[in-house]
Amino acid sequence: MNLPTESPDLAEPTPEIEFERYELREEPAYHFALDRRDFLKGLGGGLLVLYLLDRESPDAEAQESGRRRRGGFNRAPVPQDVGAWLHIGEDGKISVFTGKAEVGQNIRTSLTQAVAEELRVPMSAVTMVMADTRLTPFDMGTFGSRTTPDMSRRLHRAAAAARETLIDIAAETWKADRKDLAAKDGAVVQTTTGDRLAYGKLTGGRKLTRTVTDDTPVTPAERWTISGHDAAKVDGRSFVTGAHPYSCDIRRPGMWYGKVLRPPTYHASLVSVDSSAAQAMPDVKVVRDGDFVGVVAPSEQLAARALAAIRAEWKPGPAISDRDLFRDLKNPGGQRPPARGGRGGFGGPNGNAGSIADGLAAADVHSEGTYTIAYIAHAPLEPRAAVAEWANGELTVWTGTQRPFGVRGELMDAFKVPEARVRVIVPDTGSGYGGKHTGEAAVEAARLAREASRPVKLVWTREEEFTWAYFRPAGVIEIRAGVKKDGSITAWEFHNHNSGGSGVQCPYRAANQAVAFHPSQSPLRQGSYRALASTANHFARESHIDDLARAIGMDPLEFRLKNLKDERMRDVLTAAARAFGWGRKPESDHGIGIAVGTEKGGFVATCAEVAVDRSSGRVHVVRAVSAFDCGAVVNPDHLKNQVEGALVMGLGGALYEAIAFDNGKIQNPKFSKYRVPRFRDVPEIEVVLIDRKDVAPAGAGETPIVAIAPAVGNAIRNATGVRLRSMPMVPRGLKV
Amino acid sequence: MPDTQELRINGKTVRVEADRDRTLLGVLRDDLGLTGSKYGCGEGRCGACTVMIDGAPARSCITKLGAVASREVTTIEGLERDGKLHPLQQAFLDAGAMQCAYCTSGMIVAGAALLRQNPSPSRQDIVEYMDGNICRCGTYHRIIAAIQSAARAVKEASR
Repeated sequence: MNLPTESPDLAEPTPEIEFERYELREEPAYHFALDRRDFLKGLGGGLLVLYLLDRESPDAEAQESGRRRRGGFNRAPVPQDVGAWLHIGEDGKISVFTGKAEVGQNIRTSLTQAVAEELRVPMSAVTMVMADTRLTPFDMGTFGSRTTPDMSRRLHRAAAAARETLIDIAAETWKADRKDLAAKDGAVVQTTTGDRLAYGKLTGGRKLTRTVTDDTPVTPAERWTISGHDAAKVDGRSFVTGAHPYSCDIRRPGMWYGKVLRPPTYHASLVSVDSSAAQAMPDVKVVRDGDFVGVVAPSEQLAARALAAIRAEWKPGPAISDRDLFRDLKNPGGQRPPARGGRGGFGGPNGNAGSIADGLAAADVHSEGTYTIAYIAHAPLEPRAAVAEWANGELTVWTGTQRPFGVRGELMDAFKVPEARVRVIVPDTGSGYGGKHTGEAAVEAARLAREASRPVKLVWTREEEFTWAYFRPAGVIEIRAGVKKDGSITAWEFHNHNSGGSGVQCPYRAANQAVAFHPSQSPLRQGSYRALASTANHFARESHIDDLARAIGMDPLEFRLKNLKDERMRDVLTAAARAFGWGRKPESDHGIGIAVGTEKGGFVATCAEVAVDRSSGRVHVVRAVSAFDCGAVVNPDHLKNQVEGALVMGLGGALYEAIAFDNGKIQNPKFSKYRVPRFRDVPEIEVVLIDRKDVAPAGAGETPIVAIAPAVGNAIRNATGVRLRSMPMVPRGLKV
Repeated sequence: MPDTQELRINGKTVRVEADRDRTLLGVLRDDLGLTGSKYGCGEGRCGACTVMIDGAPARSCITKLGAVASREVTTIEGLERDGKLHPLQQAFLDAGAMQCAYCTSGMIVAGAALLRQNPSPSRQDIVEYMDGNICRCGTYHRIIAAIQSAARAVKEASR
C-alpha cells in the first residue's frame, strides 16, 4: 500500500499495474528489437544526456526499444534502459524527449519546469518532444499518476547532469576553478571575471554523450526557482486561438474519411453484409475483413451516407441489462483470477488481521451496508480519433492516446509489421482520464487507409465513444463493521466485487479486519478510470465511517482523527476542516459532510455543503473545500486546477452519471441523455495545498477525485437523515 | 450534388463547393481548414463547435450550410485582431481556464458572444448563458472568472 511517505532519496519505485486496468490485459505483449541510433545520429553535435533506468546495462543507447518482461498480472511490463533523453545542440537549442503524453494534465508545462530549473534557463528555451514512438524513448504509458514521480525526477537528473557536464567543460576550457563557475541563463559564467560561454558553444562541434542514473544530485525543492512556482501552460496561446492541432485536426495530402460499422448491440456477431448500395456510390470504398466492415470516402458526409447504406445481419448476444447488474457482479460464473487484496495485496499495513466475529462481539454497535457503483463513461470531449497513413510499407498514425507505445504494439499485431515500420504520434490530446489507453481508432483508421491506399481520418462519433470505449467498472461493495462507544473500531470487513482493489485498504485503526477484492465478470467492456476503484472504495468506506461515528454520537471529524494513523491524512483532514469552518451548523435543508483518503502517494480531504430542494428533489453542492498533499508542489496554480477539476468531475459520478443498458444496448450514449457536470452544478470551490518540500512530489491528477463523493453523501445524510449507498446518488433527484 | 456557395467567414468572403445540407462544422473543418471549432457531440449539446452567426452563438454541428448563406460567421480563428488576442482569449490564458483545452474554442466564442450582448454579466448570467458548453476537465469556475475579468478589461479599456 502506498501509505509510507516517499523519500526523495529513494530509488524510483518499480511500476506495478493495478488489477483493474482490464483494458491493458486486452493487449498482447511484444519483444521486438529496434535500432534507434539513426535518430541519435540525426541530432547533430552537442551534448546528449541519457537517463538510464537500468544501471546494469551499459549499452543503453542501442537498447531503448522498450523491452518488456512478459508475465502475468502482477508482473507488469517494465520498461528498461533509457527513460528519457535530453539534447543541447551547438545552436544552444535544448530538446527533451519523453514518451509521456499531454492530455490536459499540463505535464508539458511541469516537465519543462523541471528541465529549465536544473539547466538554469527560461522555460521558453526548452522544447519538449513527447509521445512520438519514433523520437522518444519507450514509455509504458501516461497513467497511474507516474509522470511527476518518475519522469519529472528523471528529467531533473538528466538536466542537472547536463549542467554539471557543461560546467566541467568550461572549467577545462578556461583552466578555471570549478567553484568559480555557475550556470546561468543558458551559459556557464565565470563569477570572478564575468566571462561567459553559451551552452551550445561549450560543446564545440563535438558529440558528447553522458549517461545518468537515479543517484545524480538535483536541486532540492527548497531552492527551486522555476519548479515549485506558477508557470503558464506551455503553448497556451495555440489553444485559445484554436490553432493547436489535436488528432482530429490533422490533415494529410489526399486524405479521405472513414467510418466503421458497429454492431447494434453488445456482443453481437456479424452474420452477413450487403454493401452493394454503398459500393455503387462514386468514390466510396467498402472494406470487409472478417467482422470488420468500414467505408472510406472523400468526405465525412459521404462516408456516413455509405455506411448507412450498408445492410448487415447480426446475431444478437445475450440480452444484458443493468437491472441484473449488481446481482450478477456478486454471483459471477466461472472466475478466472483468484480474489486478492488491493495494491500490495494482503499482509500490508492494513491486511487481514484478527477475527471479524471476535471484533463484532466486542462492539457496542454494529453496522452493515451494501454499496453499488454504476458503470460510468470517461466521455473525453475529444472522442477517439486517428489519422493513418501508409507510405513505403511504413505506417504513421496520429492519435490521441495515453499509451503511444501500447498503441504501436496494437498496430504491429494487427498488421504484422515490425516495430521499426510503425510510428505513433500523439498530439496534445483532448483529455483521457484513464479512458484512452487503447488504440481502437488507430487500428481502424490504419485498416481503412491500407485498403484505400491513401491517408484516412477516423473520428469516433459521440455515440461510438459512449458505447464502444471501455467504462469505469461497476461494483458492489459490502461492509460490516463494529465500533465501541469510545470510538474504537473493533471490526472492519470490506468486500469489493468487480470494481477494483485500488484504495480498498482501511486507513483507520481496526483491531480485526478482513478486506478483499473479488474480481467478477463484467457484462460491459471495462477498464481504467481516473483513480481507478479508489473512488468507489472511498465512497463506501467514508460513508460507512460516517455512520459509525453517528451511531455512537461522535462528530465525524473527531471520529476520523481518533482512528487515523497516518500523519499526512490527519493533516489534510484538519486543514480541510479548518478552511471549511467545520462544526458550524448549516442552515435548514443544508448539510455538511467530510471525507478523507489517500491514493497514488497523495492525501486528500474534502468538506462539502449541499442544499436539498425538497420540492424539486434537486441536490446542489454549494461549497466544496479540499486540502491536498502530494509532497513538494511543482506548479501551485496547475495543481489547484487539477484538484478543482477532479472535484467537478467527481460530482458527476457522485450524483448523476450512470451508463444505462438494456437488451444489450447502451441506452444513453449522448450528452443529451448522459448527464455530466455543467456550469450550473459547480460549487464554490476552495483548495488548500500542503506543500511539503521535504517529500518528493507524487502525481496529482487522480487522487483529488476520491473524497468528493463520500463528502457529498455525508452532507446529504446530514441534511436529510437519508444515507445514499449508490453511485450515482441522485440520478433522478432526491425525494425526502 | 455540391453547390457553389459564398460564405462570409471571419470578415472574408469565401467560396465553397459543398452540399447545402452539410453541417457548417464539417465545412469549416474539412473544406476551409478552420479546425479550431471542434466536434464533441453532433447534437448541439456540448458547445465545442460554437461559432457566432451574426454575432449570436450557434452550434455549428447542427447548423446546415444552407442556413448561413449571406450571414456573418465568426469562428475562434476570427477573434484575434492584428496579432492581438481578443480580451477573452487573453483572460483565459491569465486565469489558466483550461486543461486539455478541447472545449476552449467553443467556450471562448460563446463567452465572447455573451460579452457582446451583456458587457457586465453577473455570475448567474454567465452560468445560465454558458450552461450548454461542457468542460469535462471541470474548469468551469475558472472560465467564469475569465469571462468576468475580460468584462472588466473591456470596460477599463473603453474608459
